[in-house]
Amino acid sequence: MAYTQTIDTAQHDPSHDHHDGPASGVTRWFFATNHKDIGTMYLVFSLIMFFIGGAMAMVIRAELFKPGLQLVQPEFFNQMTTMHALVMIFGAVMPAFVGLANWMVPLQVGAPDMALPRMNNLSFWILPFAFTLLLSTLFVPGGAPAGGWTMYPPLFLQGGNYVAMAIFAVHLMGASSIMGSINVIVTIMNMRAPGMTLLKMPLFCWSWLITAYLLIAVMPVLAGAVTMLLTDHYFGTSFFNAAGGGDPVMFEHVFWFFGHPEVYIMILPAFGIISEILPTFSRKPLFGATSMIYAIASIAFLSFIVWGHHMFVDGMPLAAQVFFMMSTMLIAVPTGVKVFNWTATMWRGSLSFEPPMLFAISFLFLFSIGGFSGVMLAIVPVDFQYNQTYFVVAHFHYVLVPGAIFAIMGAVYYWLPKWTGHMYNMGLAKTHFWLSTIFVNVLFFPQHFLGLAGMPRRIPDYAVQFSDWNMVSSIGGFGFGLSQILFVIVIVQCARGGKAASARVWDDATPTGLEWTLPSPAPYHSFAVAPEIT
Amino acid sequence: MSVTRTSVDHPESRPRGYLKACALIAAALSAVCLTETAVANTSNGYNLPMGVTSLSESMYALHMQVFWICVGIAVVVFGAMIYSLVKFRHSKGAIADTTLVHSTKVEIIWTIIPVIILVVMAIPAAELILTQEDTRNSELSIRVTGYQWKWQYQYMDAADGVSFFSTLKQDSNFARQLGSGIDPSSVPNYLLDVDQPMVIPSGAKVRLLLTSMDVIHAWWVPDFGAKRAAVPGFVNELWFKVDAGKEGIYRGQCAALCGRDHGFMPIVVDVRTPDNFKLWVAQQKAASKQAGLPVAGSPTAQVLN
Repeated sequence: MAYTQTIDTAQHDPSHDHHDGPASGVTRWFFATNHKDIGTMYLVFSLIMFFIGGAMAMVIRAELFKPGLQLVQPEFFNQMTTMHALVMIFGAVMPAFVGLANWMVPLQVGAPDMALPRMNNLSFWILPFAFTLLLSTLFVPGGAPAGGWTMYPPLFLQGGNYVAMAIFAVHLMGASSIMGSINVIVTIMNMRAPGMTLLKMPLFCWSWLITAYLLIAVMPVLAGAVTMLLTDHYFGTSFFNAAGGGDPVMFEHVFWFFGHPEVYIMILPAFGIISEILPTFSRKPLFGATSMIYAIASIAFLSFIVWGHHMFVDGMPLAAQVFFMMSTMLIAVPTGVKVFNWTATMWRGSLSFEPPMLFAISFLFLFSIGGFSGVMLAIVPVDFQYNQTYFVVAHFHYVLVPGAIFAIMGAVYYWLPKWTGHMYNMGLAKTHFWLSTIFVNVLFFPQHFLGLAGMPRRIPDYAVQFSDWNMVSSIGGFGFGLSQILFVIVIVQCARGGKAASARVWDDATPTGLEWTLPSPAPYHSFAVAPEIT
Repeated sequence: MSVTRTSVDHPESRPRGYLKACALIAAALSAVCLTETAVANTSNGYNLPMGVTSLSESMYALHMQVFWICVGIAVVVFGAMIYSLVKFRHSKGAIADTTLVHSTKVEIIWTIIPVIILVVMAIPAAELILTQEDTRNSELSIRVTGYQWKWQYQYMDAADGVSFFSTLKQDSNFARQLGSGIDPSSVPNYLLDVDQPMVIPSGAKVRLLLTSMDVIHAWWVPDFGAKRAAVPGFVNELWFKVDAGKEGIYRGQCAALCGRDHGFMPIVVDVRTPDNFKLWVAQQKAASKQAGLPVAGSPTAQVLN
């Protein structure tokens, strides 16, 4: 059916099309149905949230700069850690990936736009309202959520007005994510160019297809978990209240049944991005492309049966501990396959080091470090020592910052000339890369030491033997935060002008994929004529 | 490195000034090198403590085993990456071998080898879980209840009737207030000291029964390798046995975010010789009697029997 539609478009001369350009003024954005406009809005929104969440991280690192409380009260500190996580996960990383999907999926599968443009508009415009609601909890009596982003009862339910506001905000984010996912799935399933079989589809689309299914599977679970919190708090139910026959640990099970796939939702699209960038700048096709797809699918499947590893210390039967340990360790196998295949992609290649490639290489090394600490954390008996310490904080920040966020930055540097039609300032982008890579390690590597030495996470103040590494970590944090200003400068400069980019952008390298067959910037309605894939 | 959690505390001997970038690398290396030479019952500031119980020692050994396996894998994988980065540079005229795109043999090998490595790690880990979960034949049981933000210890068995709360010590509490003007390093055991520590005998298998009266807390003493959540309405168990000759003060903290003062409910355990422990129990009972509190057959024991 989709093919018939594209053929119709093909017979229709685009020069006679009255809808081939963007609407003028703010209506272009409010009523946007164009995948590029919506993708841009997602990316800009995500960047704003990245800085808001980053500002909260700066408060955290400033308070932890030295022992004793200097700047904020413990309650506010807890609000900062909680909001930092919620904003970064749901506001920065996830919308950035949806924005990239909006921009790139139609370009990569040879479609004119996303399949469901009006739903696309709705799924974006929910987000600013959701986050306004969430962030406004900072100004209501009782303050913002302070019980951690995991919202464990009974602590979360001790809150004031934020309980209803945060839960409603989470519902909105979930609705937005589900709509975004449906759009990606329908676009990929129905609007691929003739001849593009699923196995010929670029890895970025593949990773997003699987991610979208994960999102549809687990977002309702999160909605259910927080709805039970809501009724416990306001309507006298006792899902998680032991005094009424409930079980607080049941919340943890339900939450992490969502939460673990969520972790992969934030990393699978990153895998796809790295699988696009590395072959281009290695001038060599991706090694083992089919096994890469199977690896992503295996990781996605395994992500549903490992949730218990977040809760080993919370009381779990022996058999469950062993099961969750084994299943968690198993994830290292497909993840290992991916890392090995990426390494083999570079092997006997011809490597050049443009900004996207630099971020991809940094991803390879630093994500692997996060993977190693992940294997260590899976070992149940030792997890009793690691759990709830800074070792965990170091682990997941290695996976999410030089993992997910470096992949996003790599993707922006890879496709930005395609979006804007201009090359960006390579020197500034490389400076941004080096500062980010150095400071991210100064920031998070010492946290491994802190955790092993016994510093619990989520504390505003600490014993004096933790002073030195905290100071180093804070310096890294400030450095990393300031370095991100360069990212904004590069993007703004590039959006405003610069050397014209060619259609292939990376002419010196070997970018493959349909997006490089279009001129830069890509036309408003991407593929008015469906390309033939042979 | 400096002593952290033992009875002998020297806060002033804390190393200062690791701010140079080179020191970071040196420290990372020394984290590996110092591991074996560390004082037995403390963390060296970079690594897990060896601890003073058989459990904590087994955890430490398994931790190091897995760590070295990871280092080994990292050397191979990062080595291949770095070799590629150095050797196969476009700027050095490297020509890409575009035929190298697939090899079923290689891919099977690098799927099988990790599986074998993981099995090697999983077997000792599963064995250790069995030991950890075996709380039978304990010689002393203590009911530990978490509150926002203090711990209650209620003794059973031979010390039945002894019961008290344990909260952050006054001097730490003054110093930790926002803008207190008190230098934390001038406070002995800042944030890691309590008004009344839990007292246990060495050489005895101690079982803790953990629960909470409000939100989820977690009881954790790194040197014992003992951490478990205290969940309201439920009882979690853990056990440890401090070897004879390792008497002293051991410190830990709440390990589950439990609200505003989560960072300020430390755990201190005073490990005494069995004789000293008996003496302490007698003193506690005498003191309770003097204060007119019920001692024998207290509800404590009945609740959990």
